[in-house]
Amino acid sequence: MRRSVFPALVTLLVLVFLLSPLAVLVVNSFNASRFGGQWEGFTWQWYERLREADEVWAALVVTLKIAALSSVTAMVLGTLAAYALHRHRSWLQTAHGALVTVPLVMPDLLMGMSLLAFFVSTGVELGMTTIWIAHVTFCVSFVAMVVLGRLQDFDFTLLDAARDLGAPPWEAARRVLVPLLLPGILAGGLLAFTLSIDDYVITFFVSGPGTTTLPLRVASMMKGRNLPMINALSTLMIAGTFLLAALAFRLQRGRA
Amino acid sequence: MSRRRETLLTLPSLAWMLVFFAIPAGLVVAMAFRPSDLRGGAGEGWTLETLRTVARADYLPVVWRTVWMSAATTALCVTIALPVAFHLVRVAELWRRMLLLLIIVPFLTNFIIRVFAWKSLLHPEGLLTQALVRGGVVAEDALLLNNAGAVLLVLVYTHLPFAILPLYAAAEKFEMPLLDAARDLGAGPLRALAGVWLPGVRRGIVSACIMVFVCTLGQYVIPQFVGGPQDEMLGNKITQRAFGDRNLPHASALAACLLMAVLVPMLLTALWRRARGKEAVS
Repeated sequence: MRRSVFPALVTLLVLVFLLSPLAVLVVNSFNASRFGGQWEGFTWQWYERLREADEVWAALVVTLKIAALSSVTAMVLGTLAAYALHRHRSWLQTAHGALVTVPLVMPDLLMGMSLLAFFVSTGVELGMTTIWIAHVTFCVSFVAMVVLGRLQDFDFTLLDAARDLGAPPWEAARRVLVPLLLPGILAGGLLAFTLSIDDYVITFFVSGPGTTTLPLRVASMMKGRNLPMINALSTLMIAGTFLLAALAFRLQRGRA
Repeated sequence: MSRRRETLLTLPSLAWMLVFFAIPAGLVVAMAFRPSDLRGGAGEGWTLETLRTVARADYLPVVWRTVWMSAATTALCVTIALPVAFHLVRVAELWRRMLLLLIIVPFLTNFIIRVFAWKSLLHPEGLLTQALVRGGVVAEDALLLNNAGAVLLVLVYTHLPFAILPLYAAAEKFEMPLLDAARDLGAGPLRALAGVWLPGVRRGIVSACIMVFVCTLGQYVIPQFVGGPQDEMLGNKITQRAFGDRNLPHASALAACLLMAVLVPMLLTALWRRARGKEAVS
């Protein structure tokens, strides 16, 4: 069959479409022009202004704290969930499975709105805690999916072997199962970490007046006058996400 | 013993998702039947008044626009993603990995940054507007920002990977020699594609449509930043009621409508899949 070039052409155009806005953003972070309509010379000034923007660094600290706490919690809950879902088949697991997978297809807006309604009704004050709860809730599903994928390749006879050799169940899990699953668990945790850092919509609903994360800060900067500073901040954020993604990729490929 | 262990293993995540996902989702529906409260919460007792206010407020144009925008985004994304998925399974393994990685890159970039990137490209002083003006494509004073076209463009931009990935997964399972067989039997290239390949990746098309459609239905950030007041979607109204007016029951009633709009297509697909599954067995 003669190969048509049409699909290749569309793919190329799609890649240009997907990547060029980001490339322009990165290039413009070094552009002296305020709006980036044309190149007006190389400059570090946006990065220098960014360095002096204390509210951005305060937001970064909040974001990292929340991301660290949420990803660790989601890692524990997600791993347990994946293990239960993989090992058992019952009505309980059907319900459990639905509760873990439905958030994956739930629009962020609905999740944010429902958590806001929940926190207001229960009288919980909006702030760090509510953001943490919200982030754990949407991260658990992702961690569970990554670990489930890993469990599908796991050879459960290894656990039986450990038991036959006299290891108590807890010991067998700790010394055999956890080390072999660890790359998957960590990859899930890293995914949760990046998702938590990236989230805007859900955080917008459940954040209190005093707690601002980086995406919320960027959104409020977009309404202001310091637009080129966002280019610089975005470039740094893109670089940071890439490092994390590369790490997650390595972990997932590094099969024991 | 095993039963107890199962319960112990399941309990943490089950309880968490029940309390922080299922109950809040039910609560939104319940809150739609509550009277509003001046302090920004929900009042005591039950009422249909909130729902009546929502019905009176004439949201029909907004609902219509939300559905229309989501449908247009879905159609565009799937149409663009189909040739990409077809191409991805044809190229060598190494290329495929690299292309997939490049497609996922924008996915890894912060959502708000992607919206910002387009906002600055479409800005009157931005690169894209300037380039189009210089090329004589648009008039000097053309406004590319704050209109429905800009919203649609950015919606397609942010949701395209959602369409490409499920379609690629389906295309990967398709037996490509079937296409050659169709050609050998005398079908033209387009006929072979339409008659053999498209039905073959049907599942992927359905998943891609659902993914993109459901995600766009709940959008409010994109219309807020690159659209004008006339481009608002249901999500914008929800945030305005929740934060602008601090009328939580009103916002909840709207969110409950959105929830139904999300659940109905998902349930329909699930039923359709089940029906097809039975058909395949019998």
